[in-house]
Amino acid sequence: MRNPSDPRALPGADPHTGNRLVDPVTGYDTTGHDWGGIRELNTPFPRIAVIALLLTFLYSVITWILLPAWPTGNDYTRGLLGLDQGRMARDGYQAVDATRQGWLAGFSDPDFAALASDDLLMAQAMPAAARLFADNCAACHGDAGAGGPGFPALNDADWLWGGAPETVAETIALGINATDNSRFAEMAAFDWLEPAERQALVDHVVALPQGTAATDSPGAVLFADNCAACHGDGGTGGLMTGAPSLADGAVIYGQDAAAVRTTLRHGRRGVMPGWSGRLSGTEINLLALYVATLPEAAP
Amino acid sequence: MHPSLTNAERQIGLGLAVGLALLGLAMAAMARDGAMAVHGAIALALGLGLVFRLGGALYDAAPAGPDRAARYDDAPTRFGITMTLAWAMIGMGAGIWVAALLYWPEGTPPWPATSFGRLRPVHTTGIIFGFGGNALIATSFWVLQRTARARLADAISPWVVLIGYNLFCTWAVTGYLMGSTQSKEYAEAEWYADLWLVVVWVIYFALYLRTLARRAEPHIYVANWYYMAFILVVAMLHIVNNIALPVSLAGAKSYTVWAGVQDAMIQWWYGHNAVAFFLTAGFLGMLYYFLPVRSGRPIWSYRLSILSFWGIVFFYIWVGSHHLHYTALPYWVQTLGMTFSVMLLVPSWASAGNAIATLNGAWGRVRDDATLRFMFVAAVFYGLSTFEGSFLAIRPVNSLSHYTDWTVGHVHSGTLGWVAMIIFGAIYTIVPQLAGREAMAWPKAVEWHFWLAVLGTLVYVIAMWNAGITQGLMWRTYDANGALSYSFLQSVQAMAPYYLLRTIGGLMFLTGAAICALNCRATLRAATARDLRNDRPLAAQPAE
Repeated sequence: MRNPSDPRALPGADPHTGNRLVDPVTGYDTTGHDWGGIRELNTPFPRIAVIALLLTFLYSVITWILLPAWPTGNDYTRGLLGLDQGRMARDGYQAVDATRQGWLAGFSDPDFAALASDDLLMAQAMPAAARLFADNCAACHGDAGAGGPGFPALNDADWLWGGAPETVAETIALGINATDNSRFAEMAAFDWLEPAERQALVDHVVALPQGTAATDSPGAVLFADNCAACHGDGGTGGLMTGAPSLADGAVIYGQDAAAVRTTLRHGRRGVMPGWSGRLSGTEINLLALYVATLPEAAP
Repeated sequence: MHPSLTNAERQIGLGLAVGLALLGLAMAAMARDGAMAVHGAIALALGLGLVFRLGGALYDAAPAGPDRAARYDDAPTRFGITMTLAWAMIGMGAGIWVAALLYWPEGTPPWPATSFGRLRPVHTTGIIFGFGGNALIATSFWVLQRTARARLADAISPWVVLIGYNLFCTWAVTGYLMGSTQSKEYAEAEWYADLWLVVVWVIYFALYLRTLARRAEPHIYVANWYYMAFILVVAMLHIVNNIALPVSLAGAKSYTVWAGVQDAMIQWWYGHNAVAFFLTAGFLGMLYYFLPVRSGRPIWSYRLSILSFWGIVFFYIWVGSHHLHYTALPYWVQTLGMTFSVMLLVPSWASAGNAIATLNGAWGRVRDDATLRFMFVAAVFYGLSTFEGSFLAIRPVNSLSHYTDWTVGHVHSGTLGWVAMIIFGAIYTIVPQLAGREAMAWPKAVEWHFWLAVLGTLVYVIAMWNAGITQGLMWRTYDANGALSYSFLQSVQAMAPYYLLRTIGGLMFLTGAAICALNCRATLRAATARDLRNDRPLAAQPAE
């Protein structure tokens, strides 16, 4: 019976001398295994690997002692620091809130004229309002408030419901055509008109902003009978009921013949969500004042 | 396929093909929704194709009987490599396309099937399961036979595994295009595809064990430990994460049995160990075989391989919770995930170090041989991305990196730099041997592929590091008045140059992979009748 620690008993060893194949490059012998030509060196365990493993284990043990770590049935080890991630998150938000409270509190009072004339307060608040606008409004209205097809521009002087900050704040809070409490406006579908009549109306509406619309054409008569109640005499708008002026350059859906024909045929019922559930009253006031500054910033 | 099968095996194969066609027919006939009907039709078409292929060859000349048992069964490996390269084109192509869409979202065509949300899992599944999975299965057959000095335990199972696995991948990817998904990242395939994969996987594991049991070598080589860990743990992860109740047996839709934060934890236990056991363990097996074979050097330290293997297998299973830092997951689970991730660094670096030290004495070859250089770069990127992984798992670091493109960069430094590089190294080693040639048909093209792959990876990863850190900082910077300094939109706009660079880097990588695919095709077409496989003679085998 051979001693198992006898080198001659190891795999791949010479049965007489106990020597094993030595790799000429590293000077280590091999383990004696051979798999289709693959051998392995009998390199001693590198000490640095053991030290590294111990260090990372030490880091883990310290972490386990300080932080919540191991489950114990229905509970877990709380850790010496007593940290709770929910409380830490709340504290963090409160700390950020605290840095804002100084100036933000002023905007809970909707005295817009006083707020807008307080230059110091506005200088502190408008960068924050710009972030709010970019994060909540810009997706539809554009990052400079210039609007786009289907979404009205906010940086001009043309308003559907009114551009005073009080009115804008109400529009933001309630939305348009979103819920029962929203502002409501609908462009009816004039699909019951004869195609020839619709075409006459189209020609009239397309000509309105150019100032070339005749006042006694069949289109003008149709317009006075069917459209002026909302869009105003001569399509000048300004009634602040959600119906746009058709005589200025501002358009929502387009004022070329094809767009007007589509609008007449199918009607329009644009939606803006109400934000009162997602933004605080203070934030809405902030946004209303910001929107009022957009026309000045427009090129 | 059929030339490697005996006449009796062709008859069994024909029976299995008829069974698959009937299954497909039943699925297509019963299905109440489009996805399942299309998948039934795919299975039916595949089954019928196999019926004609095997039925037509039923009475053709059988391979020389006694000679066959004395050789390794490499026909499945050859098919697996073909599928690896085909999926590389699909998966990387989809990746480039969605990367371009991020830079140029207006370019999205107006069909649901081409939207980002449906194409993104086509990219991830195509790469991880199609490209990576086929490479793992194909090389595992090659490595297993040579390190065990035994022919695969039977001739039909490897074909069932490879064809069945590719059917799973096809079902998964076509399902996403039709909007059929479980909405679990990297486990999007629906319930019947998951069940099918379980069957395939059990056959795969049984084949592995049966072949290993016939080995002529007294010890089991390290590569086989890794391949077995890959097969066994992936089966466990796949089954647990995919337990779901179908709404109807005639429909694709199902709902997972897990709920709330438990669902999230199970998903990321799965998700991270898909990285660990699919994208790491199996590929370490590949590295442990092809690196010493190609460099002609012994593995530097047997003892270090043991530490690496058990360290990786033990620590990895714990770390999934680091994907859920600062969420509803209890703090203590996050702490455990973080600490085990840090301890995991040591066995990971032990593997990378062992691989690089193995090249001592063969650096001249690394310089001259692009194939060996692929493997060297793979080991370096393995070390880099495992360090990065442990670092990103530390909670405060994660608060900066999470939800940013840094994560994307980290994943791609692992998948492009490590996984794909070692696959290409293995392919360039195997393909000439399959073709009976000394070298690839176009040796210069291997150099081109190497440099395109390295540059593409670096451009991609560096762009994403910059993108991710920029995003993370923009999202958390407050001005003196306590307001956020940047809107989310600004952080999106700031990404434009990085997304463009990422697309270019990916395109370079895809170009290299396409060169590889063409080179392999040219090499296999120029095959000689010589057998240059430098194999030890097979040990005497019992009759099959």
